[in-house]
Formats: sequence, C-alpha cells, structure tokens
Amino acid sequence: MNKYLILFLILFIPTNSLALIEVDITRGNLNPLPIAVSPLSIDNESKQNFEKILKKKNIGSEISSVIENNLKISGLFNPLNKDAFLQAPDIANLKPRFEDWNLIKAQALITGKVSFVNEKLRVEFRLWDVLAGKEMMALAFTTVPNNWRRVGHIITDKVYERLTGEKGYFDTRIIYVAEEGPKTKRIKKLAIMDQDGANNKFLTLGNELVLTPRFNPTSQMVTYLSYFRNLPRVYLLDIETGIQEVVGDFPGMTFAPRFSPDGKKIIMSFAKDGNSEIYTMDLENRIVEKITNHPSIDTSPSYSPDGKYICFNSDRSGYQQIYVMKSDGSNVKRISFGKGLYGTPVWSPRGDLIAFTKLHKGKFYIGVMRTDGKGERLLTENFYQEAPSWSPNGRVLIFYRETKTDTKGEGFSAKLWSIDLTGYNERLVNTPTDASDPSWSSLLSN
Amino acid sequence: MKKLTIRNIDQGALMKLNKILKNAFLVTLACLALSACATSKKSSGQMQGDVYTGTDTVEYLASGVPDRVFFATNESVLTTASRETLRKQAAWLRKNSDITIVLEGHADERGTREYNLALGERRANAAKDYLMTYGISSDRISVLSYGKERPVDSGSNPLSWSKNRRSVSVKAN
Repeated sequence: MNKYLILFLILFIPTNSLALIEVDITRGNLNPLPIAVSPLSIDNESKQNFEKILKKKNIGSEISSVIENNLKISGLFNPLNKDAFLQAPDIANLKPRFEDWNLIKAQALITGKVSFVNEKLRVEFRLWDVLAGKEMMALAFTTVPNNWRRVGHIITDKVYERLTGEKGYFDTRIIYVAEEGPKTKRIKKLAIMDQDGANNKFLTLGNELVLTPRFNPTSQMVTYLSYFRNLPRVYLLDIETGIQEVVGDFPGMTFAPRFSPDGKKIIMSFAKDGNSEIYTMDLENRIVEKITNHPSIDTSPSYSPDGKYICFNSDRSGYQQIYVMKSDGSNVKRISFGKGLYGTPVWSPRGDLIAFTKLHKGKFYIGVMRTDGKGERLLTENFYQEAPSWSPNGRVLIFYRETKTDTKGEGFSAKLWSIDLTGYNERLVNTPTDASDPSWSSLLSN
Repeated sequence: MKKLTIRNIDQGALMKLNKILKNAFLVTLACLALSACATSKKSSGQMQGDVYTGTDTVEYLASGVPDRVFFATNESVLTTASRETLRKQAAWLRKNSDITIVLEGHADERGTREYNLALGERRANAAKDYLMTYGISSDRISVLSYGKERPVDSGSNPLSWSKNRRSVSVKAN
C-alpha cells in the first residue's frame, strides 16, 4: 500500500513564523483548540470523475470529514460546525479572510483543494494560524484515488505534528481479535481496520481460536497465537499476501508473541511441564534462544525501543509482578511493588514508560509506570480490562474491556477502548463485532 | 525439579486445608444463604475456600470417575478432593490401557489472557504429574491449555469462576 502513496512536493517552504498556536499534550487537555476544517474545494470535472470511481458525491468533503473526525477523537482539537463558515472553500484556500474565521472563534484553519490528475487523486492543503493571520504549512500529495482516506489521515498527522510538536498517529491501523457468540463458545477471528474504524477486514474465518495479534513495527507482518489443529502455537502472518507460518518447532504451547523493535526477532513464551519460559527466535537464521530460566511463569515479554531491555510478567515472587531484564536475560529486577497483581507490561515507543494491567481488590486498572517502577499512575478503573497497546507516538493507549454478566450469565460484551496517557479522553473504539487484544501499527507513511 | 515442586505443593495444600476446614462450616452456611437469595435457578454448587466442590458441571469418564478437578484462585495446587478424583482416573486408565487422554487446563476470567494461558498449562500439568505418580505413562497424556478462553459457566461471580478454574481429562481416542 505504501508504495502507491507519494509525498509529492512541498508547495511552499513552511513559514518560519513564531507559531502563536501551540497545543499542550502533556497534561489533560480540557480546552481543545477550536479549529475550522473548511471542506476541500473541488472542480466539477474532478468531482464527476471521482464520483464514478469512488461512488462518493464530493470527495473533497469526504476527506475533510476524515480529518475532522481524527482531530475530534484526539481530544486536543474542537472542530467547529461547518454551518457557521462564512467563506467558500475555494476562496478560503487561496487567501482566507481571517476576520471571518476569527469571528467564529477558530484559532486554526485547514483549507485545501482536490483534483483529478492523470487518473490520480491530487490533494493540496494549507494550515493557517488565524490570530497571527499566517500560513503555517502547505503540502500536496498525489496518490491512487482509493487511498483517499489515507490522505485525510496523513493531513491530520501533519497538522497534529505542526501544532503539538509530536508525531501523529492517524495514518495507522489496528489489528485485533473480533469476537462473536456465547461466552462459553466464543468464535474469534483476526481482524484489521484503520485507526478510525474504517476499512474493517477479517483475516481469518473463525475455524480456530486465535489470540493476541501484534504488529511488526517495521513491516506489515503480524504475529499471533492460533489453536490450529488444537496445537496452540505462535504464527507469523503477512497481511499483504495472507501467507502464514508457524514460528519455530517447539514441542508444546508457544504464546504471548511480540516482535523486537527492529522486526527481526520474535519474543514469546514456551510452556512445558507446567513452566513457561521466555524465548526469542531470529526470523532470518531461525536461531532460538532461551532468555529466562526460572521454575515460575515467565510471560508477556516486551522489548524496550532500543532493544536492550525486556520487560515481562512473572510470578516468581508468588504472584504476578512486572520485571525488567537485559535482553540476554541477565540482571532481572522486579519493578512493580504496589498493592495488587500486575500483568501485560508493554514498553512505550518513547522508551520512558511501561504500560500495564493491574488487578487490585477485584478491580482492573490500566496504568503506566517509569521503567524503574517508580511514578505509577493508574489511568482507568473497571470491572475487567487489560492488554494496553501504545499508539506509535506513545501518547494514547488502546486496550479492551469486558462487561460483567447478569445473574443469568448473559449480557457479556468485549469492546476496544482508548485513553490518553494523561488519563483523559477515554473513548469507545467502534468495531462491527465484539473485540479484544488490540495492537496498534506504526505509522504507515514514514 | 518436578519432584521438588510436587512435595512443596503437598505441604502447601495441607496448610491450606487446615485453614479451609476451619472455615468450612461458615462458608457452607454462607453458600446456602447465597443460593437461597439467588434467582429461582437452583444451584447445587458450593465452594470450600474458593475451590469448587459441587458437581454441577462435572462429567464422568466412567461410572464413578469424575472428569475434572478444581483449583483455588491463582493456584495449581491439587486439593484432597482433586487427588481422590485423579486416583480414580488413574485406576480407570490402568484398567483401560488403550485409552489416551488430553488434560485441558483452564483459568477463570479474572486474569490477564497470557498469564492465564500459562496458568492453565500449569494446572493441567499438576494433574498430569499426579496421574504419572499413579503409574500412568506420560505418553498416554497430552496437555492443552485454554487459559480463560473456554469457561463452562458464563457467570461473573465467585461460584461461576470456581467452576471455570479446572483441569478436565478428555478421552483422546
């Protein structure tokens, strides 16, 4: 998919103005920035061409809706109601009348233009600082028409990056487990969708139980656990080709897989004789290494982004706790010392934090702590929730939550939720079926 | 290593059992009170400590040979009742020497998925080890952990969870 998208050219050198607008993402943002997303203007001929190909009446408005929705779910922006816009899209894109946008209290403005050029979709957009009356950035993209949603995501990423100073996370996908049927006979399939829930696709048929899919941070490969032929094993799946293979040749259950940050190894647990240990397998030379050596459960391993350390879950102290070790298995240190049980540690892509699930007094929490275990912060409490996965910029966590059943054992559901690192902006992530075990991809266009 | 583990488990179980017996009367009372308050749906289930001791979900490999044993939260220790069940299974397996079994280990829903997969495997292996000490060859027993993926009871309460923390011996041929 990547190869079809060309970041075409920078139309103008971004103005080096002192940016007056700045969005602070380090604390809970209770005053999201008012932003106007003017529908991307489009000429009649282009409109008709795209309508034929994409079956969308006005692809310009469609792309700006994608941007608007992204900005809204980030919790950092407040996209203003289009009914209040005074200036027509085509004129605004040439030179906005800042007084008009100021009047509706917009602090930032996005304008743009869509055209049909050589069977391709060409989009240019500009970001304006309304108060300063200045252009902040201008970019153009050319791609195949089917990539129109991705254009919306990439524009959002650029706007987010320009206004917050951090990389965005909108041109990304989520792989997860789609669930259906009664709790005692759950049918589970691998599914993938865009970060905003669009383009949902099932990758397996549901004939066998599948669990815990995780993206390779450097490619469109996925590793997951499948009960194919009732032999729970870690598999590798290429989501472009659909080709699958078993990882390694272990005489028992392998589970809890993840990729190393360079994408070259898989780290996972192998259970034998009641003892689960952590192993790695190099995907090129197939060399298997045993990393832990302890007669307790060692599982849920996750590398630090520099690949030098591994955090994991062990009950060697008697109960589930979080440990950190060097990537060769030496220097094992327990880092969780709070009350309760700790599981599913995941190292942040920024390297500074570890997200986890905590069980204390019958409640489940998603939280973060520093990599030495200090500074524990619980973000959300619920009857049942677990398995956080980081957005590629390390600002948002996605996880799943299950409901309590009623006295008849009915009413069970599992859904994906996201929350900002700040503990604000908790949101249900819509999926066509029940869902669990989400994993966030890296940025697709990097 | 394995033998060591078994010895530890037995001591742990004895200590736990003492505690359990002390509380058994109270717990039984509490269970009775609970089921009386509960909906019209009759429940013959009960617990000792938090180990399920009822027969609601139990199936039988043969007459008088229950197919499953139950565990306390986060534990893979075999209770006295579990060992009795497994001795019956061992005797039946010795008599039917052509039969092979799969030990399916399960956890309740109150734990993280990956840890529960490991816990299910540990529970099934606790049962396997015990069957082996009663003369059943390891090549007649395979182990399969389902973690929390296959509960028998879909309830979200301590009694349901206790039924789901189990190792089930399933005929494989």
